[in-house]
Amino acid sequence: MSALRVVKSAEFDLLEVRRDFPALHQKVHGKPLIYLDNAATTQKPKPVIDAVDRFYRFDSSNVHRAVHVLSDRATKAYEGARTTVKQYINARSEREIIFVRGTTEAINLVMNSFARPRVKAGDEILISALEHHSNIVPWQLLAEQTGARLVVAPIDDRGELMLEEFERRLGPRTALVAVAHISNALGTIMPVHEIVQMAHARGVPVLIDGAQAIAHLHVDVRELDCDFYAFSGHKVFGPTGIGVLYGRESLLEQMPPYQGGGDMIRSVTFEKTIYNELPYKFEAGTPHIAGAIGLGAALDYVSRVGLVRAAAHERELLDYGTALLGAVPGLRFIGTAREKVGVLSFVLDGVHPHDVGTVLDRDGIAVRTGHHCAQPVMDRFGVPATTRASLALYNSKAELDALAHGIRRVQKLFAV
Amino acid sequence: MNDIEISDLYQEMIVDHSRRPRNFRRIEHATHQADGFNPLCGDKVKVYVHLENDVLRDVSFEGEGCAISKASASLMTETLKGKSKSEAEQLFSRFRNLATGSGDGSDLGKLAVFSGLKGFPTRVKCATLVWHTLRAALEQTPGTVSTESGADSGGFV
Repeated sequence: MSALRVVKSAEFDLLEVRRDFPALHQKVHGKPLIYLDNAATTQKPKPVIDAVDRFYRFDSSNVHRAVHVLSDRATKAYEGARTTVKQYINARSEREIIFVRGTTEAINLVMNSFARPRVKAGDEILISALEHHSNIVPWQLLAEQTGARLVVAPIDDRGELMLEEFERRLGPRTALVAVAHISNALGTIMPVHEIVQMAHARGVPVLIDGAQAIAHLHVDVRELDCDFYAFSGHKVFGPTGIGVLYGRESLLEQMPPYQGGGDMIRSVTFEKTIYNELPYKFEAGTPHIAGAIGLGAALDYVSRVGLVRAAAHERELLDYGTALLGAVPGLRFIGTAREKVGVLSFVLDGVHPHDVGTVLDRDGIAVRTGHHCAQPVMDRFGVPATTRASLALYNSKAELDALAHGIRRVQKLFAV
Repeated sequence: MNDIEISDLYQEMIVDHSRRPRNFRRIEHATHQADGFNPLCGDKVKVYVHLENDVLRDVSFEGEGCAISKASASLMTETLKGKSKSEAEQLFSRFRNLATGSGDGSDLGKLAVFSGLKGFPTRVKCATLVWHTLRAALEQTPGTVSTESGADSGGFV
């Protein structure tokens, strides 16, 4: 009996998971929605929608301030979400979990408060060739302001980091390594363990952009041994406008505040202001309380479904989709890394991605077309844009069948 | 909205012009030229005009982009050859009205084939990029033209 239960609990119940996501059950252009744009943002399960709704319905109040009961409830829920995040990524303490607007703000925080005070002219920031613009542009701003240099480690034709080339670029001037955990345009899983080891062997701190990884991989910041880890709530079934910067406490302690305002101070006089302790030193102003609570609910949801089971399901979908689309004549995948998550990025002979996207949209299929905020990746592969189908735990093989059918329809329409 | 089908947008003539664009060349001694670029989608166009006594004796384009942008450029150059500057301006205005659903396409000739655009507001900017670029060429406006913000952007940027 108990063995049977174990087997059952190890199963991934796709129908049940899909029932949790109200937005999936709608029609667009008269067709059932097939949502394959999960690398851009994910749909939200009922527990997240309910948590946000409950906050605004009953607990709406400011945090860390008043003695009244609503403020107490809001504070407990907000700080409870911080604990959930801490446990989810296995940080040592809540002091290491800073709520921000998203991955972009997290990276900008590290740029402003960690890198800028340390970096001198001629120092180098090492990134990879598959970064999202949000992990390129902040470092270019830093370079403009300080005279530091941006150094880029190349990727190969599969879209994998050339690790030996990366290591060759780690030098005495390297001040920081900033790399994606997973490429948003290609789905490549980066060898972050090796990257951290190589960097730390030379005393170089590492920031990991986890925007694409958080919904797909088990993230353990202690095991990764990274110094900073950034991610967004909305890519892991949580609300938009909330994200997390994990930072090693010893580094956060040394860093000056990112923004000034309320909540980040202990005492203020016109002569001197004493900053609050971690993590509040970095959370100036009223935070996105509902967002944080929603994010906590989202992470709880993923834990309940089981990330390992979900990842196995996504792996099966990726293999299925790769074989299915790979058999379409005139279709070329962009990004064929051996280690990747559910991203099917491709170009079609004779049809521009935007036309592919428009035709698929009329079939109810939502994909992303364009450069995916990773223009250097597009340049690397010599294409202006791709069509990208990106998977989440609620997608099905039937949806990939519909995608393949839609692509055939596109080819017929354009007579290619 | 639902009665506008995908085949209303990608009509045979549009697909044909996108695959075999007319006047897809450079004009060596162009009197006017301008560049258009929509960085979000990557559509790029360069418009050349040979203007003589306010008449567009020759119009051509180069560039890359989606089927809508290429077909629009191809059909625009075909239509405008031999027209005066003010006729070109009037056609542009009528074309925009057609694309955004406020005009019926009468007096537009072949360009009326873009009537399906009114059901695809996010693609209007693809079709109008080349027209805005033409206007910039004729008015000798410096800089690169874009339709990813403003009236033709389909409400998103």
